[in-house]
Amino acid sequence: MPTSHLLKIEDLHHNFGKEEVLKGISFSLDKGETKVIVGPSGTGKSTILNNIIRLVPPDRGKIYLEDVEITSTKKINEVRQQIGFVFQDFGLFNHLTAKGNVMIGLTKVKKMDKKEAEELAMFELDRVGLKNFADSYPSQLSGGQAQRVGIARALAMQPKLILFDEPTSSLDPELTGEVLRVMKSLAEEGMTMLVVTHEMGFARSVADELIFMEGGNIVEQGYPEKLFNNPEHKRTKEFLFQLVDLYGEGEE
Amino acid sequence: MLDIFLNYYPVLFKGLGVTVFITIISCFSGTVFGVFLSLGKIYGNKLVSNLVTAFIAVIRGTPLLVQLFIIYYGLPAYGVNFSPITAAVISFIINSGAYQAEYLRGSIQSVSSGQLKAALSIGMTKWQGIFHIILPQALRRVIPAWTNEFIYMIKYSSLAYVIGAKELMTEAKLIASRNYQFFNVYLVTALIYLVVIIIFVYFFNRFEKKVAIPGFDFER
Repeated sequence: MPTSHLLKIEDLHHNFGKEEVLKGISFSLDKGETKVIVGPSGTGKSTILNNIIRLVPPDRGKIYLEDVEITSTKKINEVRQQIGFVFQDFGLFNHLTAKGNVMIGLTKVKKMDKKEAEELAMFELDRVGLKNFADSYPSQLSGGQAQRVGIARALAMQPKLILFDEPTSSLDPELTGEVLRVMKSLAEEGMTMLVVTHEMGFARSVADELIFMEGGNIVEQGYPEKLFNNPEHKRTKEFLFQLVDLYGEGEE
Repeated sequence: MLDIFLNYYPVLFKGLGVTVFITIISCFSGTVFGVFLSLGKIYGNKLVSNLVTAFIAVIRGTPLLVQLFIIYYGLPAYGVNFSPITAAVISFIINSGAYQAEYLRGSIQSVSSGQLKAALSIGMTKWQGIFHIILPQALRRVIPAWTNEFIYMIKYSSLAYVIGAKELMTEAKLIASRNYQFFNVYLVTALIYLVVIIIFVYFFNRFEKKVAIPGFDFER
């Protein structure tokens, strides 16, 4: 029995048709930790996140949330309430205002009364700096604002951890900054986060651990500065420095 | 022509009342039925999905008049008797439901699959996601097709005259067969349909604008 990790992943495998995209991934996440997964496109980074809350069920392997096995549980909806998910394309409900997006999980899933849900929604929107946009619809928001609503929606469910699936990949650099700042402050407040991103600045300044993946395997994992300055694999160095060339070193 | 209208408008309007009654009941109930059919077809298991597909194929593949005759003239042989209006309403609900199911299927499938994924991610069940996230968007998108269906239904409800339901067309036929002014009587009848349809379409278009999601409507 695994012990005392908030999230533990054991020997995760996933196939898309004949192609094996995850070839046995294992790692764990403790309360308050932020881990960042990096790696080339198509290496299965997002698949791990989708496997965790079973939006895409894994083919093999086990995932534990606080020692409870969640890969085969019938109560996956309860698991999903405890694990937030932030999508690359925001995934906001188009027919609801920013506030409505944050509230609907509270009223329909948690059965919270409307007034209480509204208060919590406003609190979370304020937390991501969007109190004044509560009545805007997704199409009236910039990408950065939309993504921050996505984060507020995840936060409102009061999850034990939040998964971020390339949260800034469809944003321009300016908007990326406003989303990363929100994520950074969450990490500082002690939120547990698992982040797939190419933002090296964020990874270096926030991550407790950097996980470098390629070809469905974890090539190397460790403290970000170690991977940057003293990686054990040549491939890690090549890839990380390519990202730095492309995206810069970030704000730090 | 005006004198026809002035002489007979109480009778014509009584018939119109029946027409509008049949249409509204059939069209709205058809929507509810159509929602269940389309959900069964898209999200149901294989058995449900195939049953719905077969049902829709049969209803769309056979004439409305035949369906009406089976219900009104055919069922009494098995001890099921309906009044003309009830028989008309039942057959129109079934028929309209089948058509509306297909309009709805199109609009449900036009809502991005990411929407359901996001609903699941906050802990909704599949059916919560469908009812709270997918349907509210799909139903808005189906309003133009639904308006079409309503217009069609107002006019095709005149088929009920063949089984003697006292709707607008039945009354018109009775008047014309008494005074022999077929041209004028049917012209007045046509104008009544036209005016009523224009009024309904006006309100449906207003409703469509009212519920439009900002950013998803077109400013002209």
